Amino acid sequence: MNPEVLGFWVLAIMLIGSALGVVLTRNLFHSVLWLALGLVSTAGIFLLLDAEFLAAVQVLLYAGGVITVVVFAIVVTEKLVGETIAHTSKRLTGGAIVAAGIFAMIASAISRAELAIGRPEATAEATRSIGVLLLTKYLLPFELLAVLLLAGLIAASYFARPED
Amino acid sequence: MPLSAYLTLAAILFSIGLFGVITRRNTVGILLGVELMLNAVNINLVAFSRFHDTEVGMVFTLFAICITVAEVALGLALVILLFRMRKTAIADHIDWLKG
Repeated sequence: MNPEVLGFWVLAIMLIGSALGVVLTRNLFHSVLWLALGLVSTAGIFLLLDAEFLAAVQVLLYAGGVITVVVFAIVVTEKLVGETIAHTSKRLTGGAIVAAGIFAMIASAISRAELAIGRPEATAEATRSIGVLLLTKYLLPFELLAVLLLAGLIAASYFARPED
Repeated sequence: MPLSAYLTLAAILFSIGLFGVITRRNTVGILLGVELMLNAVNINLVAFSRFHDTEVGMVFTLFAICITVAEVALGLALVILLFRMRKTAIADHIDWLKG
Protein backbone atom coordinates (compact mmCIF):
# COMPACT_ATOMS: atom_id res chain seq x y z
CA MET A 1 0.00 0.00 0.00
CA ASN A 2 1.56 3.28 -0.93
CA PRO A 3 1.92 5.99 1.72
CA GLU A 4 -0.47 8.43 0.05
CA VAL A 5 -3.36 5.94 -0.02
CA LEU A 6 -2.70 4.83 3.56
CA GLY A 7 -2.45 8.47 4.73
CA PHE A 8 -5.64 9.37 2.93
CA TRP A 9 -7.68 6.59 4.57
CA VAL A 10 -6.29 7.27 8.06
CA LEU A 11 -7.00 11.01 7.71
CA ALA A 12 -10.42 10.39 6.16
CA ILE A 13 -11.47 8.17 9.07
CA MET A 14 -10.15 10.72 11.59
CA LEU A 15 -11.94 13.55 9.78
CA ILE A 16 -15.31 11.83 9.51
CA GLY A 17 -15.08 10.51 13.08
CA SER A 18 -14.26 13.92 14.52
CA ALA A 19 -16.96 15.59 12.38
CA LEU A 20 -19.53 13.16 13.79
CA GLY A 21 -18.16 13.94 17.25
CA VAL A 22 -18.73 17.67 16.65
CA VAL A 23 -22.40 17.27 15.68
CA LEU A 24 -23.40 14.41 18.01
CA THR A 25 -21.71 14.90 21.37
CA ARG A 26 -23.80 16.36 24.18
CA ASN A 27 -21.05 18.44 25.75
CA LEU A 28 -20.26 21.76 24.03
CA PHE A 29 -16.64 21.72 25.15
CA HIS A 30 -16.10 18.21 23.75
CA SER A 31 -17.66 19.42 20.50
CA VAL A 32 -14.99 22.10 20.21
CA LEU A 33 -12.19 19.63 20.96
CA TRP A 34 -13.52 17.27 18.24
CA LEU A 35 -13.54 20.23 15.86
CA ALA A 36 -9.88 20.90 16.73
CA LEU A 37 -9.01 17.29 15.82
CA GLY A 38 -10.96 17.63 12.57
CA LEU A 39 -9.15 20.85 11.62
CA VAL A 40 -5.74 19.30 12.29
CA SER A 41 -6.70 16.27 10.16
CA THR A 42 -7.68 18.69 7.40
CA ALA A 43 -4.17 20.14 7.63
CA GLY A 44 -2.96 16.56 7.06
CA ILE A 45 -5.12 16.32 3.93
CA PHE A 46 -3.57 19.58 2.71
CA LEU A 47 -0.12 18.03 3.26
CA LEU A 48 -1.17 15.03 1.14
CA LEU A 49 -2.15 17.50 -1.59
CA ASP A 50 1.33 19.11 -1.44
CA ALA A 51 0.03 22.37 0.05
CA GLU A 52 2.49 22.75 2.94
CA PHE A 53 1.86 26.47 3.31
CA LEU A 54 -1.90 26.02 3.62
CA ALA A 55 -1.40 23.21 6.15
CA ALA A 56 0.64 25.60 8.30
CA VAL A 57 -1.98 28.35 7.90
CA GLN A 58 -4.71 25.85 8.79
CA VAL A 59 -2.99 24.81 12.02
CA LEU A 60 -2.04 28.36 13.03
CA LEU A 61 -5.25 30.20 12.16
CA TYR A 62 -7.93 27.54 12.51
CA ALA A 63 -6.70 25.08 15.10
CA GLY A 64 -4.81 27.83 16.94
CA GLY A 65 -6.98 30.91 16.52
CA VAL A 66 -10.54 29.75 16.03
CA ILE A 67 -10.45 27.02 18.69
CA THR A 68 -8.94 29.42 21.24
CA VAL A 69 -11.62 32.03 20.51
CA VAL A 70 -14.44 29.47 20.78
CA VAL A 71 -13.08 28.08 24.06
CA PHE A 72 -12.80 31.63 25.45
CA ALA A 73 -16.37 32.37 24.40
CA ILE A 74 -17.67 29.22 26.11
CA VAL A 75 -15.77 30.00 29.31
CA VAL A 76 -17.01 33.61 29.33
CA THR A 77 -20.65 32.73 28.62
CA GLU A 78 -20.68 29.92 31.19
CA LYS A 79 -19.30 32.38 33.73
CA LEU A 80 -22.11 34.81 32.83
CA VAL A 81 -24.90 32.30 33.48
CA GLY A 82 -23.04 30.27 36.10
CA GLU A 83 -24.05 26.89 34.67
CA THR A 84 -23.06 24.54 31.88
CA ILE A 85 -24.59 25.56 28.55
CA ALA A 86 -27.23 23.17 27.26
CA HIS A 87 -26.00 21.53 24.07
CA THR A 88 -28.78 19.35 22.75
CA SER A 89 -30.09 18.53 19.29
CA LYS A 90 -33.56 18.36 17.87
CA ARG A 91 -35.20 17.28 14.61
CA LEU A 92 -32.54 14.58 14.20
CA THR A 93 -34.50 12.63 11.58
CA GLY A 94 -35.27 15.68 9.46
CA GLY A 95 -31.66 16.83 9.66
CA ALA A 96 -30.37 13.39 8.67
CA ILE A 97 -32.76 13.24 5.68
CA VAL A 98 -31.74 16.70 4.41
CA ALA A 99 -28.02 15.99 4.92
CA ALA A 100 -28.27 12.59 3.19
CA GLY A 101 -30.20 14.16 0.31
CA ILE A 102 -27.57 16.87 -0.19
CA PHE A 103 -24.83 14.24 -0.03
CA ALA A 104 -26.61 12.08 -2.63
CA MET A 105 -26.93 15.08 -4.95
CA ILE A 106 -23.23 16.01 -4.62
CA ALA A 107 -22.14 12.36 -5.00
CA SER A 108 -24.15 11.91 -8.18
CA ALA A 109 -22.71 15.14 -9.55
CA ILE A 110 -19.18 13.89 -8.76
CA SER A 111 -19.85 10.53 -10.44
CA ARG A 112 -21.16 12.22 -13.60
CA ALA A 113 -18.52 14.96 -13.85
CA GLU A 114 -15.50 14.60 -16.11
CA LEU A 115 -12.76 15.02 -13.56
CA ALA A 116 -9.05 15.44 -14.17
CA ILE A 117 -7.60 11.92 -14.07
CA GLY A 118 -3.86 12.24 -13.65
CA ARG A 119 -2.23 14.09 -10.83
CA PRO A 120 0.52 16.36 -12.12
CA GLU A 121 4.03 16.05 -10.70
CA ALA A 122 4.50 18.00 -7.49
CA THR A 123 6.60 21.12 -7.83
CA ALA A 124 8.52 22.61 -4.96
CA GLU A 125 7.38 26.06 -6.07
CA ALA A 126 3.78 26.01 -4.80
CA THR A 127 4.38 28.28 -1.78
CA ARG A 128 6.44 30.65 -3.88
CA SER A 129 3.70 30.91 -6.52
CA ILE A 130 1.08 31.58 -3.82
CA GLY A 131 3.20 34.47 -2.54
CA VAL A 132 3.76 35.88 -6.04
CA LEU A 133 0.05 35.59 -6.92
CA LEU A 134 -0.97 37.29 -3.65
CA LEU A 135 1.23 40.30 -4.29
CA THR A 136 0.59 40.66 -8.02
CA LYS A 137 -2.66 39.38 -9.50
CA TYR A 138 -4.61 39.21 -6.23
CA LEU A 139 -3.15 42.28 -4.52
CA LEU A 140 -6.49 44.12 -4.31
CA PRO A 141 -8.44 41.27 -2.64
CA PHE A 142 -5.45 40.74 -0.35
CA GLU A 143 -5.56 44.38 0.81
CA LEU A 144 -9.36 44.24 1.12
CA LEU A 145 -8.88 41.22 3.37
CA ALA A 146 -6.74 43.36 5.67
CA VAL A 147 -9.56 45.93 5.84
CA LEU A 148 -12.09 43.15 6.52
CA LEU A 149 -10.00 41.71 9.35
CA LEU A 150 -9.59 45.16 10.91
CA ALA A 151 -13.32 45.82 10.66
CA GLY A 152 -14.04 42.39 12.17
CA LEU A 153 -11.63 43.06 15.02
CA ILE A 154 -13.13 46.47 15.82
CA ALA A 155 -16.70 45.19 15.55
CA ALA A 156 -15.99 42.15 17.75
CA SER A 157 -14.37 44.24 20.48
CA TYR A 158 -17.25 46.76 20.23
CA PHE A 159 -19.92 44.07 20.65
CA ALA A 160 -18.10 42.32 23.47
CA ARG A 161 -17.24 45.55 25.34
CA PRO A 162 -17.69 45.67 29.10
CA GLU A 163 -21.12 46.83 30.24
CA ASP A 164 -21.30 50.55 30.92
CA MET B 1 -5.83 8.80 -4.66
CA PRO B 2 -8.03 10.06 -7.49
CA LEU B 3 -9.63 13.49 -7.37
CA SER B 4 -13.08 11.98 -6.80
CA ALA B 5 -11.92 10.46 -3.47
CA TYR B 6 -11.07 13.92 -2.11
CA LEU B 7 -14.32 15.37 -3.46
CA THR B 8 -16.38 12.59 -1.86
CA LEU B 9 -14.62 13.06 1.48
CA ALA B 10 -15.40 16.79 1.30
CA ALA B 11 -19.03 16.03 0.40
CA ILE B 12 -19.38 13.75 3.45
CA LEU B 13 -17.90 16.44 5.71
CA PHE B 14 -20.19 19.08 4.19
CA SER B 15 -23.26 16.90 4.84
CA ILE B 16 -22.23 16.22 8.44
CA GLY B 17 -21.73 19.97 8.96
CA LEU B 18 -25.14 20.67 7.45
CA PHE B 19 -26.66 18.05 9.77
CA GLY B 20 -25.08 19.89 12.72
CA VAL B 21 -26.39 23.27 11.54
CA ILE B 22 -29.93 21.89 11.21
CA THR B 23 -30.09 19.88 14.43
CA ARG B 24 -28.12 21.91 16.97
CA ARG B 25 -30.16 24.17 19.23
CA ASN B 26 -27.21 26.10 20.63
CA THR B 27 -25.87 29.06 18.56
CA VAL B 28 -22.25 28.06 19.27
CA GLY B 29 -23.06 24.52 18.09
CA ILE B 30 -24.53 25.92 14.86
CA LEU B 31 -21.36 27.97 14.36
CA LEU B 32 -19.25 24.80 14.76
CA GLY B 33 -21.36 23.14 12.04
CA VAL B 34 -20.73 26.09 9.72
CA GLU B 35 -17.00 25.67 10.42
CA LEU B 36 -17.17 22.04 9.28
CA MET B 37 -18.96 23.02 6.06
CA LEU B 38 -16.40 25.74 5.25
CA ASN B 39 -13.61 23.28 5.97
CA ALA B 40 -15.09 20.81 3.47
CA VAL B 41 -15.17 23.53 0.81
CA ASN B 42 -11.50 24.31 1.47
CA ILE B 43 -10.58 20.65 0.88
CA ASN B 44 -12.40 20.82 -2.47
CA LEU B 45 -10.58 24.00 -3.49
CA VAL B 46 -7.15 22.62 -2.63
CA ALA B 47 -7.86 19.28 -4.34
CA PHE B 48 -9.00 20.95 -7.58
CA SER B 49 -6.04 23.31 -7.43
CA ARG B 50 -3.60 20.40 -7.03
CA PHE B 51 -5.08 18.22 -9.76
CA HIS B 52 -5.25 21.07 -12.27
CA ASP B 53 -1.70 22.19 -11.50
CA THR B 54 -2.54 25.78 -10.62
CA GLU B 55 -2.06 27.72 -7.39
CA VAL B 56 -5.11 29.97 -7.79
CA GLY B 57 -7.31 27.60 -5.77
CA MET B 58 -4.82 27.68 -2.92
CA VAL B 59 -4.86 31.49 -2.90
CA PHE B 60 -8.66 31.33 -2.75
CA THR B 61 -8.44 28.87 0.17
CA LEU B 62 -6.21 31.33 1.99
CA PHE B 63 -8.88 34.03 1.57
CA ALA B 64 -11.60 31.62 2.70
CA ILE B 65 -9.67 30.71 5.87
CA CYS B 66 -9.08 34.37 6.78
CA ILE B 67 -12.73 35.32 6.20
CA THR B 68 -13.82 32.37 8.35
CA VAL B 69 -11.64 33.58 11.20
CA ALA B 70 -13.27 37.04 11.01
CA GLU B 71 -16.71 35.40 10.85
CA VAL B 72 -16.08 33.28 13.96
CA ALA B 73 -14.77 36.24 15.95
CA LEU B 74 -17.83 38.35 15.08
CA GLY B 75 -20.30 35.50 15.56
CA LEU B 76 -18.97 34.71 19.01
CA ALA B 77 -18.98 38.39 19.99
CA LEU B 78 -22.69 38.43 19.06
CA VAL B 79 -23.27 35.25 21.11
CA ILE B 80 -21.63 36.85 24.15
CA LEU B 81 -23.75 39.99 23.65
CA LEU B 82 -26.89 37.84 23.42
CA PHE B 83 -25.95 36.06 26.59
CA ARG B 84 -25.67 39.38 28.42
CA MET B 85 -29.05 40.59 27.20
CA ARG B 86 -31.09 37.39 27.22
CA LYS B 87 -29.12 34.81 29.25
CA THR B 88 -29.64 32.25 26.51
CA ALA B 89 -27.68 30.67 23.67
CA ILE B 90 -30.55 28.70 22.14
CA ALA B 91 -31.26 29.92 18.62
CA ASP B 92 -35.04 29.44 19.01
CA HIS B 93 -35.16 31.86 21.93
CA ILE B 94 -33.88 34.70 19.76
CA ASP B 95 -37.26 35.82 18.44
CA TRP B 96 -37.46 39.55 19.14
CA LEU B 97 -38.49 40.27 15.57
CA LYS B 98 -41.51 37.96 15.77
CA GLY B 99 -44.65 39.95 14.91
